[in-house]
Amino acid sequence: MNENLDDKILEVKNLKTYFYTDNGVVKAVDGVSFDLKKGETLGIVGETGSGKSITALTILGLITIPPGKIESGEIIFEGKDLLKVKINNLRHFRGNRISMIFQDPMTSLNPVFTIGNQLIEAILAHQKISKEEAYKKAIELLEMVGISDTKRRMKNYPHEFSGGMKQRAMIAMAIANSPSILIADEPTTALDVTIQAQILELIDDLKSKTNSSVILITHDLGVIAKYAERVMVMYAGKPVEFASINEIFYNTLHPYTLGLLGSVSKLNEQKKERLKPIKGTPPSLIDLPIGCTFAPRCEFALKVCKQSFPPVTEEVPGHFVACYRAKEFLNKSLSRE
Amino acid sequence: MVDDKKILEVKNLKKYFNINSGVFFGKSIGSVKAVDDISFFIKKGETFGLVGESGCGKSTVARLLIRLLRPTSGEVFYNDINIFKIKQSQMFKLRREMQIIFQDPYASLSPRMTIGDIVGEPLEIHRILDKKSRINKIKETLKIVGLNPEHINRYPHEFSGGQRQRVGIARALILEPKFVICDEPVSALDVSVQAQILNLMLDLQKEFNLTYLFIAHDLSVVKYVSNRIAVMYLGKIVEVAPSEELYSKPLHPYTMGLLSAIPIPDPRLERKRQRIILSGDVPSPINPPTGCRFHPRCPNAQEICSKQEPELKNYSKDNQVHLAACFFAGQPIK
Repeated sequence: MNENLDDKILEVKNLKTYFYTDNGVVKAVDGVSFDLKKGETLGIVGETGSGKSITALTILGLITIPPGKIESGEIIFEGKDLLKVKINNLRHFRGNRISMIFQDPMTSLNPVFTIGNQLIEAILAHQKISKEEAYKKAIELLEMVGISDTKRRMKNYPHEFSGGMKQRAMIAMAIANSPSILIADEPTTALDVTIQAQILELIDDLKSKTNSSVILITHDLGVIAKYAERVMVMYAGKPVEFASINEIFYNTLHPYTLGLLGSVSKLNEQKKERLKPIKGTPPSLIDLPIGCTFAPRCEFALKVCKQSFPPVTEEVPGHFVACYRAKEFLNKSLSRE
Repeated sequence: MVDDKKILEVKNLKKYFNINSGVFFGKSIGSVKAVDDISFFIKKGETFGLVGESGCGKSTVARLLIRLLRPTSGEVFYNDINIFKIKQSQMFKLRREMQIIFQDPYASLSPRMTIGDIVGEPLEIHRILDKKSRINKIKETLKIVGLNPEHINRYPHEFSGGQRQRVGIARALILEPKFVICDEPVSALDVSVQAQILNLMLDLQKEFNLTYLFIAHDLSVVKYVSNRIAVMYLGKIVEVAPSEELYSKPLHPYTMGLLSAIPIPDPRLERKRQRIILSGDVPSPINPPTGCRFHPRCPNAQEICSKQEPELKNYSKDNQVHLAACFFAGQPIK
């Protein structure tokens, strides 16, 4: 690949975040590597417990240590390894250069402060401007995220906002310091369908306006299909497939991704085809199976799959996959019945 | 096997919840019109889908249908019996045939009871079978829903979300009901597990000739399981149609917006698709907008929409029934 190295705004290498609990070691993130390009939307897909949120929290340095521990890895942002930056200096990045939109807008805002108060706080934490200027900026931000009657809204408390408006306020806070990376962790799961569409459009719109990059974490393949340019599929703490959106959907090389695609009903399908779910349930992260973590649920598993985790290979330029049988999927000699 | 006989018929059902002010001697200061004059029927053996966003009244409908709530007015006929006119003891007998599967498999199973006790409780309540045959029946039912019958003495916390939902299904099925209300049965589950549960529910329907009322907010899931779908908005039904037709020829602008809001997991198609993004939030059901309740958010709204309330009318040209409540039904959105 002849990629321009300057294109990469963030690079994560072999990241491992474990949690030491009384019941054993939870390998929440176990060897995640990816890169984020300038101006792109990278999707991270996976089910509950696949490690997608912990990956995001580790990037932001929000893991509680202990019980958490970052075992190994590098997070290269603007030429610096974020894992080596001192806590006090991390503030320069967190919420400023990299910011996050959380899943649940109902619990992410402080109920005892007004929206305006919280917005101004977010601005003043990183910018050396006067309170009046911050107030003006906050009003501009609220307008940007589509909240009307901003002067009155600044004085409102979170409970006076609807779910969608709270999420808009959260987004306003996240973009307050024009970050270059915006991490959206299931930004719409708690919202209604029509509001979900509004919020996702807003994030996409702001991304192109501010020329930032977005990491979009979701379990909804439809959302990925619409907004992401490249996708990383995670399973039990490990990335199993990483490719461009078209490759993931039309040239799927990992049986887990195939299973996910077979599990969702498509609204546009004329004929009612029976869903083809993956059997079984995701493994416990404390007691991971030996070999490929997906092997116990995989209909294509061979003997070797139960012995060692398959190496990540690049089957097509830019299409990475961790499966012993990826080549067979590639030349179409293997497919789900 | 859908036959033409109506197993359930709902006529002009209304449920208003009073809002009281003051702690002790509260006086009524208004009401939440959770369900406001809805009518529909469900045929034997079919799956009837009910979709809508949070607060549209779909769960209140479910609770009214099995008389967990009393309506403000209106009637519900189950096999031609008006369930609000019969005695408690008769209703008790009727409930054997009407069961409900709840949304949250974590909250709907008692953590202090074993799986066997949970699934067997309906048998105990209805005094069916003796102790020994009950255990056999419980084991048999667990097997039907895909659980290991040997786990009968385990507790809910030992199971995953999908398995718990199977327990919930087993509990609903053990009385061999005819009509099952599924209130968001898969929305708390992971995608791969959702598909397992949906397939299980479809298989069980075929095997036991069940009639489902399937309530959900996810239109793609509802479309997958349902024969016919009703769309609710703020306590009203705005459109009813066979599921295929609802998708291909939606008539109500709200349905169009709802369909368009759901991204399809197919990038080439999705990026070509014209999207209608509905603006604004769902208004409060305490003071719903006058006229058509959707008009403040409707891109097609005209003057008449804010003054008069549109009725549900049949717009189907062939023999089917496709109802919509809109003055400009079928008009494309600008």
